[in-house]
Amino acid sequence: MVHWSAEEKQLIASVWGKVNVEECGAEALARLLIVYPWTQRFFDNFGNLSSPTAIIGNPKVRAHGKKVLTSFGDAIKNLDNLKVTYSKLSELHCDKLHVDPENFRLLGDILIIVLAAHFTKDFTPACQATWQKLVGVVAHALAHKYH
Amino acid sequence: MVLSPNDKTNVKGIFGKIGGHAEEYGAEALERMFAAYPQTKTYFPHFDLGKGSAQVKAHGKKVAAALVEAANHIDDIAGALSKLSDLHAQKLRVDPVNFKLLGQCFLVVIACHNPSLLTPEVHASLDKFLCAVGTVLTAKYR
Repeated sequence: MVHWSAEEKQLIASVWGKVNVEECGAEALARLLIVYPWTQRFFDNFGNLSSPTAIIGNPKVRAHGKKVLTSFGDAIKNLDNLKVTYSKLSELHCDKLHVDPENFRLLGDILIIVLAAHFTKDFTPACQATWQKLVGVVAHALAHKYH
Repeated sequence: MVLSPNDKTNVKGIFGKIGGHAEEYGAEALERMFAAYPQTKTYFPHFDLGKGSAQVKAHGKKVAAALVEAANHIDDIAGALSKLSDLHAQKLRVDPVNFKLLGQCFLVVIACHNPSLLTPEVHASLDKFLCAVGTVLTAKYR
């Protein structure tokens, strides 16, 4: 089980409390699809992903980004119980969605950059370190049920 | 992975706007890397890695200078960084995975200080560029 110090929990809560889940989620997913275009392979039914402008304006991308980041919020509420919390989601990503867990790491890194751009100097090295740990743990939990 | 003409424009553009801050960004990227990825500290047992370390500042300046050099010779990064590539292969032998970690931290520094410059398109180009630099520096490893 992952240990979270009081300081780490503080850094996570204080950032998350100020995040607009819809905006942030949409931006993170859009950037994933733009920066790592091969990730578009999972979204054939999303319509127009032909350019950065198309991706950013795509309503399905926005909606799905919001869904993904909302789920991330569940992880934050269950930091001490992540593998169980994400058990079904992990099975889904393996058995139905067939997503290589490497993609969870890519999205995690993109999320960090979106947060950095939003919080600027408040996104201190300690803050980044905590959030890099968090996205790593979330990615690990999502991959846990893979077989 | 190939840098398109647009990528090259974006990279030169952002380095042009960062200007003299590149050195301080290099130091901050290292500081962030040591904090977020403590295993990277194993390459610097001879350094004081405490806050404000003069050695980290100096090393950050070196790293930034190399990135600026690569950006200025973006049509031939391998040529521009050839000696550095030899150094990493023969002497430093930093595991290739670490270049991604430093790249991530460099992007975070740019995002923190210049969020409006890091549009999705520029983000993509810069990420590709940093990957290309890492590839060059590890190209002669074996």
